[in-house]
Amino acid sequence: MKQKFNVITSTCVPLPLENVDTDQIIPARFLKATTREESFFGENLFRDWRYNPDGSLNGDFVLNNPRYSGEILVAGKNFGSGSSREHAAWAIAGYGFRVVISSFFADIHKNNELNNFVLPVVVSESFLSRLFESIDKDPKTVVVVDLPNQTVTNKANGDCETFEINGYKKYCLMNALDDIDFLLENKDRTLAWETTAKE
Amino acid sequence: MANTLFDKIWDRHVVQHVEDGPEQLYIDRLYCHEVTSPQAFDGMRKRGIKCFRPGNIFCMPDHNTPTHDQDKPIEDPVGKTQVDTLARNAREFGLEHFGMMDPKNGIIHVVGPERGLSLPGMTIVCGDSHTSTHGAMGAVAFGIGTSEVEMVLASQCILQQKPKSMRINIEGKLGKDVTAKDVALYLMSKLTTSGATGYFVEYSGEAIRNLSMEGRLTLCNLSIEMGARGGFIAPDEVTLEYIKGREYAPVGDDWTKAVEYWKTLKSGDDAVFDKELTFNAGEIEPFVTYGTNPGMGMGINESIPTLDTIPEAGKASFVKSLEYMGFNPGQKLIGTPVDYVFLGACTNGRIEDFRAFASIVKGRRKSDNVTAWLVPGSWMVFDQIKEEGLDRTLEDAGFEIRQPGCSACLAMNDDKIPSGKLSVSTSNRNFEGRQGPGARTVLASPLVAAAAAVTGVITDPRTM
Repeated sequence: MKQKFNVITSTCVPLPLENVDTDQIIPARFLKATTREESFFGENLFRDWRYNPDGSLNGDFVLNNPRYSGEILVAGKNFGSGSSREHAAWAIAGYGFRVVISSFFADIHKNNELNNFVLPVVVSESFLSRLFESIDKDPKTVVVVDLPNQTVTNKANGDCETFEINGYKKYCLMNALDDIDFLLENKDRTLAWETTAKE
Repeated sequence: MANTLFDKIWDRHVVQHVEDGPEQLYIDRLYCHEVTSPQAFDGMRKRGIKCFRPGNIFCMPDHNTPTHDQDKPIEDPVGKTQVDTLARNAREFGLEHFGMMDPKNGIIHVVGPERGLSLPGMTIVCGDSHTSTHGAMGAVAFGIGTSEVEMVLASQCILQQKPKSMRINIEGKLGKDVTAKDVALYLMSKLTTSGATGYFVEYSGEAIRNLSMEGRLTLCNLSIEMGARGGFIAPDEVTLEYIKGREYAPVGDDWTKAVEYWKTLKSGDDAVFDKELTFNAGEIEPFVTYGTNPGMGMGINESIPTLDTIPEAGKASFVKSLEYMGFNPGQKLIGTPVDYVFLGACTNGRIEDFRAFASIVKGRRKSDNVTAWLVPGSWMVFDQIKEEGLDRTLEDAGFEIRQPGCSACLAMNDDKIPSGKLSVSTSNRNFEGRQGPGARTVLASPLVAAAAAVTGVITDPRTM
């Protein structure tokens, strides 16, 4: 969903597993929708971890634990590996997350998050493990993600890091613009490229 | 100076460098399947725009297609809607569409190369991570999300940060019954599923040059499972021989001109890669996976690692993974009973894979304990199986050939491995629930799959 992104101050939901693949974020059987209703995908985020095979809630899974809530998902390294399905980003956005913090993201998923105005924030391994510790000690741990200044701060222990994002994408996020708007405005350049390529 | 092949192809397609941002990259070929495209077409309708270059776009359903009775309507109404929606969108936007039962239908990553639609030097994208497959033709091919599909529909371009370049050399000769699939599983076990994230990989070395086109397609297909955006192999005589005469391949003067250009598509002798790795082909064994990501693999006779060898941050995932699989640290998998065998997918659904499978089962019988699904990657592969008489060999051994599609690779149609069952699969992912909720997947080559299908247990094909 196109929305302006600035500073997010929120508690976090911790998922301290590595290599969380997009099949887990949203299993293939939920990819049959032909529309983009984020609420539908949000309801099925981490479906097979959230629910038992008989359809009952899995009380052990973090999304079902009332201690944790917030707009920030914190995950182990290599988040979003595997399938290119953008439905995974729709599910994350649809559930209400606006930021995912990890020490490493898979490429395609990272782009998919950005194209859906969810900000992937890459932090160091030590920032990540210390953040997991903070949240474990106090589920009300607050993190501030400041896009204009490109900083992420763990308010519980004071850890603060800068994160990378290119200037173009930052501008898009802060102004709710997407890449298609840009490409449509630049059609003349595409036509010029085509002419040169044929020569 | 552009001196790697990746640079040459990528740089040639850059329309502009966006200030403090990504590059606007021109795309020669977009493929659309029914799962990741409907929302992109919806977006086009909402913006009230048409496709910029409809002639560069090809559509075909593959994920939902049943592997039997394709002449009848799809029973699952939701899957049917998705397949019908692709046909409707293709009509509305004026795009070529190979529907179910069309002799050109099949899995996109099998059809593109076999029809001559994917060619050296091209930029190729599709809303599917296994688009890396087409890199075997000597193209820059990679998977994208649905928003990016919409970008290409609308402008024939995407915005993308240029990945770094990596070269992986496999020197020497592969041993008996060691296939491209084993090379890929070996590389993933060495690099992990994120070891090549951020990179485009060029495969080279003697073992790579000796691979057939089918083997190259298998290897490049699995590049994404190391995290790489794509992987490719410089075009050579094997590539040209494969392309010549294919339906959409250039002919006459166009062919001569194309070949002249394609022959320039190689990395310079002085090419510098951001990362370069070399492996010895002789060290690669037939491989199997034991966990729930493709990097959790080992030689077929080896033992699963013990917990003390796993780094601290990865221990929780490792334990969860083995619990799901029902395996123990330190355990060997050789001799483990198998319930299902799946031959197919964009990874191993080509003619050479069926030849390999048939070579093992010839004169033997399918184990009564095993349910086997043999799914060709396309109707072209299906027809070739019949032409070569492989169908008789397989049927004599108690196997049946199904109709083409993605099938049990991701179980979006009704080919689902039941919960708790162990499947030896030639597909690309062993993620939890990938082949059906609760299904347990061991990834392997067609030879290992065939050996399991006839013995009923995980078996080293070299002992057959």
